[in-house]
This record gives sequence, C-alpha cells and structure tokens, in this order.
Amino acid sequence: MSRLQVIEKSDAEKLIDELNRDLEHRVAAGQYGACPVDFIASFVKFCHSQSCGKCVPCRVGLLRLSELINSVLDGEADEQTLEDIENTARSIYYSADCAIGFEAAKMALKGIRGFRDDFEEHIHNHRCSNTDHGVPCVSQCPAHVDIPGYIALVHEGRYADAVNLIRKTNPLPATCGLICEHPCEAQCRRSFVDDAINIRGLKRFAVEHEGEIKLPEPMPDTGKSVGVIGGGPAGLTTAYFLRLMGHSVTIYEQRKMLGGMLRYGIPAYRYPREILNREIQAILDLGIEVKREISVGKDITFEEVRSAHDAVYLPIGAHAGKKLGIEGDDAKGVVSAVTLLRDIGDEEAPDFTGMDIVVVGGGNVAMDVARSAVRLGAKTVKIVYRRRRKDMPAQTIEIEGAVADGCQLLELKAPSRIETDADGNAVALWVQPQMVSAIKGGRPTVIPTKAEEERIACDQILVAIGQDIDAMAFNEIGLPLTKKGTFVVDNTTHISYMPGVFTGGDAVTGPATVIRAIAGGKVAAANIDEYLGFHHVLPNDIEIPPIRLVDRAPWGRVDMLERPAPESIKDFNIVEYCMSEEEAHQESGRCLHCDHFGMGKMKGGRVRTW
Amino acid sequence: MVNLTIDGKQVSVPENTTILNAAASAGIKIPTLCYWKDLNEVGACRVCVVEVEGRDKLFASCNNVVEEGMVIHTNTKKVRDTRKSNVELILSEHNSNCATCTRSGNCALQELANDLNIQDLPYEKHLPKNSGNPDFPLIRDNQKCIKCMRCIQVCEKIQHSNIWDVVNSGARVTVDVRDYYNLEDSQCALCGQCITHCPVNALKERDDTQRILDAIDDPEIVTLVQIAPAVRSSWGEAFGLSPEFATVERLAACMRRVGFDYVFDTNFSADLTILEEANEFLEKVKNAENEKFPMFTSCCPGWVRFAKAHHPDFVDQISTSKSPQQMFGAIAKSYYAKILDIDPKKIFCVSIMPCLAKKAECAYPNMNDACGDPDVDASLTIREVDRLIKMMQVMPAAVPEEQMDVPLGTGTGAAVIFGATGGVMEAAVRSAYFFVTGEEPDPDSTFVDVRGMDGWKEATYKLPGIDLKVAVVHGLGNADKLLNALRNGEVSYHFVEVMACPGGCVGGGGHPIHNQYDMYVDRAPVLYTLDKNLPLRFSHENPSVVACYQNFLGEPLSELAEHLLHTDLHAWKMPGEK
Repeated sequence: MSRLQVIEKSDAEKLIDELNRDLEHRVAAGQYGACPVDFIASFVKFCHSQSCGKCVPCRVGLLRLSELINSVLDGEADEQTLEDIENTARSIYYSADCAIGFEAAKMALKGIRGFRDDFEEHIHNHRCSNTDHGVPCVSQCPAHVDIPGYIALVHEGRYADAVNLIRKTNPLPATCGLICEHPCEAQCRRSFVDDAINIRGLKRFAVEHEGEIKLPEPMPDTGKSVGVIGGGPAGLTTAYFLRLMGHSVTIYEQRKMLGGMLRYGIPAYRYPREILNREIQAILDLGIEVKREISVGKDITFEEVRSAHDAVYLPIGAHAGKKLGIEGDDAKGVVSAVTLLRDIGDEEAPDFTGMDIVVVGGGNVAMDVARSAVRLGAKTVKIVYRRRRKDMPAQTIEIEGAVADGCQLLELKAPSRIETDADGNAVALWVQPQMVSAIKGGRPTVIPTKAEEERIACDQILVAIGQDIDAMAFNEIGLPLTKKGTFVVDNTTHISYMPGVFTGGDAVTGPATVIRAIAGGKVAAANIDEYLGFHHVLPNDIEIPPIRLVDRAPWGRVDMLERPAPESIKDFNIVEYCMSEEEAHQESGRCLHCDHFGMGKMKGGRVRTW
Repeated sequence: MVNLTIDGKQVSVPENTTILNAAASAGIKIPTLCYWKDLNEVGACRVCVVEVEGRDKLFASCNNVVEEGMVIHTNTKKVRDTRKSNVELILSEHNSNCATCTRSGNCALQELANDLNIQDLPYEKHLPKNSGNPDFPLIRDNQKCIKCMRCIQVCEKIQHSNIWDVVNSGARVTVDVRDYYNLEDSQCALCGQCITHCPVNALKERDDTQRILDAIDDPEIVTLVQIAPAVRSSWGEAFGLSPEFATVERLAACMRRVGFDYVFDTNFSADLTILEEANEFLEKVKNAENEKFPMFTSCCPGWVRFAKAHHPDFVDQISTSKSPQQMFGAIAKSYYAKILDIDPKKIFCVSIMPCLAKKAECAYPNMNDACGDPDVDASLTIREVDRLIKMMQVMPAAVPEEQMDVPLGTGTGAAVIFGATGGVMEAAVRSAYFFVTGEEPDPDSTFVDVRGMDGWKEATYKLPGIDLKVAVVHGLGNADKLLNALRNGEVSYHFVEVMACPGGCVGGGGHPIHNQYDMYVDRAPVLYTLDKNLPLRFSHENPSVVACYQNFLGEPLSELAEHLLHTDLHAWKMPGEK
C-alpha cells in the first residue's frame, strides 16, 4: 500500500478551469448596460456557489444577502431593506473566516455603496437608472464610429466605403488606424466567444487600401466663419465637419506644421509623417485656411481672433511638460519629453549617438521618448519608474516594444536628485529604491526601502511624467481654469459665459487620447453649427452589406506583427506591419454584428446621423 | 434574384428578401409573434426561427435575408421544439387568464399557443408587478406584456413621440415610459397606436362602459350618443360583418337596443365644424397681414396634444374651432336641451369615437361651455361599443337598420370623409369655395388630390384672390416633419390638416384590432363611397346645421358660436406645461 499518490487533474477539474477562463473573458468584457443591482445580486450568488459551507456568514449570509438584493430588484424593498443589506454585508465582511466570504462581502459592500443611487431608484421607482443596451464597440468609441458597419465593408472588400463610413464620424481614420487606443475593443462581445475583434487593425488595413482619398463636397456656403485655435486632432475634426457644413474655417497654429500631438507627441515609427501629412492635406483641401506659426495671445490677441469670426473653437492642447521637482531639475541635459518630441516633429531632432539616456516615467510618452532615443543613436536607454512594470500606465504593447528595442526597465526606483558637473550638466540620476505597498484607489502605492540611494550615470535625462495645458494666456483674458489647469466647460463644449467660444481636446480633458479629442471636436462642430443658427445634417448614403448567417465558431484573433527590433531601431520608419488582405478578410468575418443581432437591431442597428 | 431551397421547394426571390418573405412567396407559413412588417423586425420572440443547412444555430427569419444557394428548413423537429419552448417561456411570464381578457379571441399569443398545441407549461408562472394607472385613458398591463417592442417602434418611428422605451436589463427588462415614471406625466398624445399594434392586451383603453350603463339605468337621465364618421367603416369587424352590412343605421338600431334615448351623428357637428373653421380661415385670409399662416385644423385631439407637447410655438396657429365631438356636446346641452325642454344637467352625452385622445379631450376642465357640466360626459372607443353590444346580448346581424334621430342625426358627405386623411381639408375647401364664389364645385373631381395614403400631401387651389396652398399630413411623424420644415422655412402653406393617426381617423387607436395589418387602407374607401352616394355633399347644405344657425347660433363666428363652438387651447395643460 503506497503512502502518497500523484494526483492528476480530474476531467471535472479541467472543465472547471475551462469554464473559469470563459467566465473570466466574459466578465472582463462586461457590458456597462447591465443593471448594477442585478450584477451585484448575481455576483453574490456566484460567490456563494464557491463557499465551502463551514462558516455561518458565508454559508447563510451570502444567500440571504442575494435574496435581499433580489427583493430590491423585484420592487419589494424599502429603505430598511437597504440598511439590512448593508448590515448583512458588513457582518459577513467582519466575521467570515476566509476570503471566499469576506472578499465577497467586501465587493458587495463596494457595489452597494457605489450604486446607492441605483438601489434607491429601484426601491422608489422600480426602475434601473443605469441601462444602455447599445452596440458595445460603438458605445465605447468616444466618437461613436459605426464599427460593425465598416467591418462589414472591409469583409466585402469595399475598403474606400469602409474608410468613408468612418469619416462620417471621424475625419482622421489613418490616425486612428495607427495610434488609437481602441477603447472599442474593451467590451467587444466577441470576447464572450474567444477574443475581441482587432478593430484598430482592420481600420488601418482599410485606410491603407483606400486608394485615392475622396472627401465629400462641402455644402453650400453659409457665409459664416469659424476660427480654430490649434491644429491638433480636435481642431482638425471640428474644422473638417464645419467646412463640410458650408462654413468657412481658419485654423491658427502656433507651430510650423499642423497635427498637434499627432506630430509633436507621437514619433514617426508609430505614425509615419507622410501618412499624417496626407490625412491633414486632404482635410485642408476642402478649403480650410491655415495660419501657421501664429501664437494667439502673443502674435495676435484672442479678441482679434474672436472679432474676425462668428464663432471660435479653442482646442489648444496640453503641451507643457511637468517637472520632476527634485534637486537638479534645471540642469543642462534635463529635457522634457514634450520638448524632445516637438523637436523631432519639427525635424530638428538631437543626436544621441553614444549617449547614455535615462527616461523618467511609465506612460506611453515615456515609451515614445525612450524608443525615439534608441533611434537617435543612444548607447543605452534606461526607463526609470517608481512603481512596478505591471503598474505602468503605458499600453503593454508599447512597453514590450521599448524592451524589444533594447531599453532597460528600472522598476521601483524613485528619482531623488540629479547630479551635475561643474558646468551644470546633468551627469547622473540618483534614485531611491522602492518596494510595493498597500493598494489604494485600485493602484499599488510604493514606499522607500532601507536600501541605499543608487546612482544612474547618464548624459541626458528625459522627463515624461505628464503634461499640463499652457492656458495662462487665455486665463488672463478671463477664461477661468480648473485646478488641473484645464478650461472650464460643460459637455456641450460651449464656454457658456463667452458666447460663441467653444473648446475641447486635451485643453479640456487634460492629456488624453486622440479619439477623445476627435469626439470632442465632433460635438463642438455640431454645437457651433447650431450656435450659428443651422442644423446641418451630413448625409450618410453608404449601404452596409447584409448580415451573413454563420455559426460563430471560436477562431483566433489576428494580431499585427512588427519589424524585428534589430532592424527597426535603426530608423524612424513604421514598426508595425499591416494585416494582409487574407488576414483582414478572416478577422472582419469574426465580427458578431451586434448592430444586427441583439438589442442593436432594435434601433435600426445604427445611428445614421449625429 | 437569389435562388434557394425552402422545405424542398426551389425559390427565387429578389436580393435582400427576408427568409420569412421568401417562404411566404412559396406558400410556406412561418409563425411569427413580435414581427410587424417594416416596423418591428427585431427578432425578439425567436418564434420565427428556421434551420439553415450547414449551420448549428437557428436564425430568425423575419430579419435575416436570403443568400444564394441556402437550404432552409422551416419545420424540423429542432425548429418545432425550439419554437414551442420559446412560446412556453413567454407564457411563463404572461397572465393568461384569457377568460377575463378583452383580447381573447383576438390575441396573437393565444392563437400561436393554440397553433403549437401547447396545453400545459413545464415552467412555474412568474408574473411581474402591475403598475398601470387605471384612471388614465391608456392603460398598460405589465402582466400581459410580452416585450415584443412594437409599441416602442410605432411610437418612435411612426408617431415621433418616443413615449415608450425598453427599461431595465436582464430578467427585469420591460417596456415603460421613457423620461418619466408614469404615463400620465408623459407627453403622450393618446393616439392609441400602441394599442392597435399590441399583439396581446398589454395596452388597452380605459373601459368606460359601466359609466354608460349606469346612466342608461338611471330613469332621471336622458342619454344621447353621437357616432363619429370613421366608426361606420369598422364597427362590424368584431362581428365579422362587412361595412356594407354594418352600416351606421344598423349601429343606430343597436344603440337604441343598448338603451340610449337618442342616437345622433357626429356628422352633424362635423358639418358645423366646417362652417366655423372655413369662416375662421376666410377671416384670416381677409386679414392676412396680421395673421400667421398656415392655420392648422383642430379636430384631432391627438394632434393638439402632440403640438402642445412638442411644438408649442405652433399652437396659436391651430384653429380655435372645437372638434366635432365637443361641438356636438356643446350643442346637445344647449340647443337640443331647449328643443327637448329639459335641464341640460339631466343629459348624459356619450360619443363613439375611433380614438383614445377623445377620452382625454372630453374631460378637459374647460370643455363645459353649455351648462357647466362636461359637454361630453363619456367617450367610448369602437372596441368598447362592440363590447357594450355584446354585453347587452344584441345581435347586430339580426337587427334591422333604423334612421338616426333628428335634428342632430343629420349629416352630409363632406362630414363623412372627416374620417379619412384629407377629408377635413376637402370638406372645408368644398364649402370655402362656395362661400367665396357662390358656386358649388363638383365634389367628385375638384379637391380630390388631398385623398390617398401618402404621408404628406400638398395641393394648390385657385380661389378668387388667392392661390390656396394646402397640406395634409397623417401620422404624428409626418406632422413632426412638416412642422420642422415650416419652422426652417423650407415650406409654406395657408391651411394644413393634421391627423395624429396613420390614415386619419380610419386608422385611429380606438378601432377593432387586426394583428400585423394596417386596416385603415381598407376603411378609407368605405367613407368615400358613402360620401359619393349621399344626396348632400356640402356642409353648408346640412339642413339641421342651417336650422341651428337660424334658430339658435345666428351665424358662423357669432358671439354664441364663439362661446359654444370655439375654445382656448391654453385653458388646459399637458403634463409639465406651464
């Protein structure tokens, strides 16, 4: 008789693993449209199914808790029920013996407190205040691009139609095909089956196969004119739509070229300049006037611009780099990421040949400057970040790209001071090693360890810890700013106390994504049009192909490949390859078409006008 | 053309044809429940699912289109079992107390469950809570609703009113009022289209029949009933009678058997409306510099409610003339009370209307000009009247026709066509032309281009001194479009007729219900035929109307006429109106 046995996973355990993975996918792509109270009730019930049953709070308490929450959903609860729910959850949290119980109760409490308004709405009005059953990708896209529509067109090989459909709501399809952070993919219902559709990849593919850009003819001239201060994505979007509506548009740009952060923030290896220039030129060819290298507030007053136009749009962006605030901050060789990327954008890039470069920061901009530094000839590039790699706000793909390019990640190092030589040149960054600590607000904090300060010798320090908007010039003429230094504005983009002045982009959101800038620009265009006394509706006559009836068998997601790093780090040419035609056809065929199946069908599947 | 096989038959249909329609073209029936052609093709009930060879899943046939070479099976075991299961699931949340349901015998769910031979349910019943207000003219029964979504669609797409919406999520998804918690607080026009599009009895009118019976049973009370023009196109449908047989004269006889003391015709007051409204319009034209055009008709209370709720800037351009229902009530409790020599407060005045909004209209606090009591005490839909006939064990098929009472039972052909879109305009222009020229035009050929079912009709009529530009819209969606176009300066008219319901009153929300079929298309010709065959075709020729002016009102727009027959649309409020 043997004393021990080697235990293999049983078939039941394997199946549980598989189902848990499926559930994980499903939960991760959770739909915002679901009722939060229903979600909490179901969550508690699910947790209860994991209970071993030894202890009272977990075995009995979670069940009673889910019943109480269900009574709220069934319209049988009152204010006292809410107290009972909270008391029960609290008791489970305090007294459950293990994490099965206390973590369930903790999350339930978080939901009960966080969704208190919705619980009340159910109790008093028997309604859920929080449901939206839109098409997930379209709902999640800030610009509400008709994603299932253009995916169907890609599948049919109608690439120009696909791109023009995107342009109905987003005039920068090439931009988004290359650098959009694709929030559309986060809740893609295909994740319930396998993985989200590669939406950005399909967009890029469509743009690259569009052929000659054919933009619509502007509507008849209205005789109204709009000044746009700032030629970044928000400004270009507004200018595009207002011009199509027949208004005359003038863009005031303080730099040499248009594009804003697309040019002065995103390096060319992610967004090749010829594609950017082509996209911008097509918009300008609609008949938009541009005044370059003119800074409003310096070269011309804001009032002069305002009096020259019937309305003004003010998307000035966020172009001021944040400082480290440590000793040696002003030393020579300490450069903000914004400055470096701006110089690269103006084709005045420095030469880092043979240099040791330190980048401070963990966001996408940090990765951008690090990878740019490699391409500018740096001998070594070290990315210093005070938290862990997994805590970096940069997209995983950018971090992986930086590592592949040969950048070193120095995690858990907080900059403490900059050492300078006699001439005031930075020669080293001193850092204090950190260790990970409590999680607060969903993010792990760090605390200094007892280890000694470390010295990182370097020739240049690139600071990429965030940007501010440079709005003081506008503040001085009476435009108040929030504490964060952004413009104060309501969700119509109109600065209500200054008739005819609208704003948007990073200047309102703080440093954000291009698609949010585009969405803001679109809203501004519609509201400026209304302000000017019009209600132009841009036509949408692209026919979407009929739905194919297929079984939606699980199928792998096509990801884009990249040029091998040893080759790509030698130049600023684009790193990411486009999908092939056969890949695009397959990938577009994975779309579940939530515009047709499910609630999407209810409202005709798509919003044709905006 | 796309070629495919359905149940072994070779079928060839145009591209983009749905599987459902392709099957129908081959004589193959696929059962449906939530479906309404072109309006609600959302595949919510999953009853119309079919099997497509080579695919594991079933697909809804109502909203998926054919593909070349498809092989479809509409009646396999897999299909039948799934369909049945889905209907059983629907029934598990449906109050199927059919014996006490007014839609029994005319219920899409009942018919489908019978067709699928469902005799018992494998599930427990789970009925949601009920919350409809029993006092409001339109009542929603949550326990009947099967979430087919038709009401949402007709309200949004056809009526541009957006009263209903899907609320909540998951198991508790239901239909409820958008933006408000209670229907009575919403901007509902009370067109009743949601009722006539409901496959079950989730939406219904407030039943006022008991109030009528109480009045009939009270020996102190004199009961009068007026019958609206469109009623004669449809009241017999519930008894399987053709409109040629189910005439208004036969309905008059039935109403006497139900117990009404006097049976009258809203055609009388429709003619009266024309005299007031046409003269009001001609006065405006005389004083054109100081007036805003177009003038809008006022006889449809659904339209008036819609205008007040959604286009208040146009309300002052609506004719001040009361609707025929209200003119009738005001005359009944003044002029006719004098003729009978009784206290008007002893009169109980009932109307039979194809309409829900009329129930609200007769209850507006200012509709009491004759004697202080409501001019019209109760307004019944045709469905309620059909129930009343059945309750009183009257068999219409066995009842001979009888004439209406005089004088308020006399009407002209111009009044009959009030019930179809364009009819009020045509009737008004017939008389207006006479008032201006002294000549009567040929009614069968002169102003007929405002007839027909186009949603937005326009015409220009040459009258001495004016090229009269008129427009006619029916369905509130078309009204909405017209008003927006007017506001944007894209169109201009002198006179516009608006009817809230598609087809006008023949499509009203108070008619008998036909699942998945827009009956108004068949009902309108009934009215035009009646008009053609009547001896009197002009409202101003109605002898009872002429006598009413001679003996009582004086002349159109007289002080008494203004008092009794005109109204201030600001004297009552829509919910939330200031």
